[in-house]
Amino acid sequence: MQLYKIVRYVIRDLLRSRWTYVYFAFYYLLGMVLLFINRDLSKAVITLMNIITILTPLIGTVFGVMYYYNSREFIQLLLAQPLRRDMLFSGQYIGVSLSLSLSLILGLGIPFSMYGVLYSGVIWDFAVLLVIGGFLTFIFVGLALVVALANDNRIKGFGYAIFLWLAFAVVYDGLFLLGLLYFRDYPLEKFALGGVLVNPIDLSRILILLKLDIAALMGFTGAVFKKVFGTSVGMIMAFGALLLWVWIPWQLMLWYARRKDF
Amino acid sequence: MAGTIRVCDTCRFQSIAGAIAQANKGDTVLVYPGVYRESNIQVDKSLYVVGINYPRVDVQQQGYGFVLKGDSITLKGFEIYDVEQSYVKEYAAVLVRRCTTFVVEDLRIRRAFFGILAEKSSSGVIRDNRISGVYRTEADAGNGIHLWHCKHMRIEGNVVHHMRDGIYFEFVSRSVIEHNHSHDNVRYGLHFMFSNNDEYHDNIFERNGAGVAVMFSKYIHMRRNVFRDNWGVASYGLLLKEIYDATITDNHFIRNTIGINIDGSTRIRYERNLFQANGWAVRILGASYQNDFSENNFLHNTFDVAFSGRETTVRFVRNYWSDYTGYDLDRDGYGDVPYRPVKLFSYIVNQVPEAMVLLRSLFVGLINFSEKVSPVFTPDNLVDSKPAMRAYDIEVR
Repeated sequence: MQLYKIVRYVIRDLLRSRWTYVYFAFYYLLGMVLLFINRDLSKAVITLMNIITILTPLIGTVFGVMYYYNSREFIQLLLAQPLRRDMLFSGQYIGVSLSLSLSLILGLGIPFSMYGVLYSGVIWDFAVLLVIGGFLTFIFVGLALVVALANDNRIKGFGYAIFLWLAFAVVYDGLFLLGLLYFRDYPLEKFALGGVLVNPIDLSRILILLKLDIAALMGFTGAVFKKVFGTSVGMIMAFGALLLWVWIPWQLMLWYARRKDF
Repeated sequence: MAGTIRVCDTCRFQSIAGAIAQANKGDTVLVYPGVYRESNIQVDKSLYVVGINYPRVDVQQQGYGFVLKGDSITLKGFEIYDVEQSYVKEYAAVLVRRCTTFVVEDLRIRRAFFGILAEKSSSGVIRDNRISGVYRTEADAGNGIHLWHCKHMRIEGNVVHHMRDGIYFEFVSRSVIEHNHSHDNVRYGLHFMFSNNDEYHDNIFERNGAGVAVMFSKYIHMRRNVFRDNWGVASYGLLLKEIYDATITDNHFIRNTIGINIDGSTRIRYERNLFQANGWAVRILGASYQNDFSENNFLHNTFDVAFSGRETTVRFVRNYWSDYTGYDLDRDGYGDVPYRPVKLFSYIVNQVPEAMVLLRSLFVGLINFSEKVSPVFTPDNLVDSKPAMRAYDIEVR
């Protein structure tokens, strides 16, 4: 009950803030422009993949950090109330993530349904795309709150959060690729699979690619890939890993919150 | 005088084999509708054996359906089914052995082991047959139309599906394959081995286990064929292995894992083909020389070209590449900046196939871009020096 109340407060608070609408408008315009340029729904979905896997984490990160620092006084006020800390921070977390996910789903959903995605063959691809966008939002808002809780200095917090995003979005892949090249004389399939599971952005990309029928290209590489990507095993594994990825930052955040001296 | 012999329930002859045994050279054997439980029907003289309204020949899993031997034989209009499956003999619905000038036409062959099998024959026509098998594994399925040591053959308008290879040529020369539709076969839609001076055109090959394979052959001409949806972990649109002096023109390669896989093939011309939405449009392995690509459309393939090895005499000129971002200041219709069809990532995937998991990631986009700006790793001479600014108008079928 407490949790629900806090989530409601946070969402109401965010609905009054400009940023939720900016975010919504951004996705709305993006969807419109993409469809205007492409006209072809299925191609627009592919382009959208890159945007979802890169931008939703970035926006989630920035927004999460910003929200925490801006509502520090409010949080301190709430802390003085007879509320459990777990409830309070979980509420904050869910509220922010939920409102961001809603902006994403509505912002992209409205233009795409105007172009008839509901009656086209790519409806499921599109749905997976949105669900994954939601997942990524939750994951990166969680990570951002962890960083913000660990750093009282705003500038430092922002810096670390952005770096975290950069690490997952670009740096990790670079190191990963170097590792693959360096150990190319060894059997790498399982290592490559593991490497993908460790990074939520890579994981999301693979999930979307699997929906977009690139499974065959992956399967071409070897027997393990064929088994994982060629069947529903890959899908289930990837979704499981994504769920775990939501759970870990959340628990980490609560762990920090419990120990923090405000 | 050529006569006509009728076969039906109430006729003098109730069995096809019996009628054929009594017939004289040049006669017509007319078979009326009904079910004929016969197998290994020998046609060993010049006859017209014609079914009316597809009389059914139930082979009852006992060897061959018809066996043709001799010259000037026509077999037409039957429905043949339940051919024996064997691991020792190649039982076929129709076996053509040492025939000249024969016609096998308008047959409906179901639950076949082999469909039509021709050995050491020449000047034959295999036309408008429908051949299907039961989906089995590669080891215990047979081929739809199988030719061995034949010449001057014409394979035309057949539909073959759910067999091992749709159409199989081994040691077949100066023959034509046209307007066939070969789909959903366990292995290849069309399979060429040691067959020279043949051409195939206007065929459709789709959803076959491994696409189409042309191996160890010379002077093959492939025109206006469609290779599509050969989309699986070991599928090619077209597999070329040890091919010399071939031309590949006006074909469509759509949604294949690999459009054309080129292995040890030399002096081949590829013109006006359409490569669309393939995993790799063209994959070139070693020992391939003088492969010339011109005026092809490469549209939205995950990788346009993959290439192994350093030295190459593969040439690209005047192709259209949907990924090309150059400009054309002199307005001659060709871009002023050369296009490099081998991306850095494609090069990396060739070296380390597992790197495929990074497909379409931001990092890969960045390194591809930097390689495009200043090429270091990808082969220098593998460029299209005159990339077309507009897609060629290749008619879609």
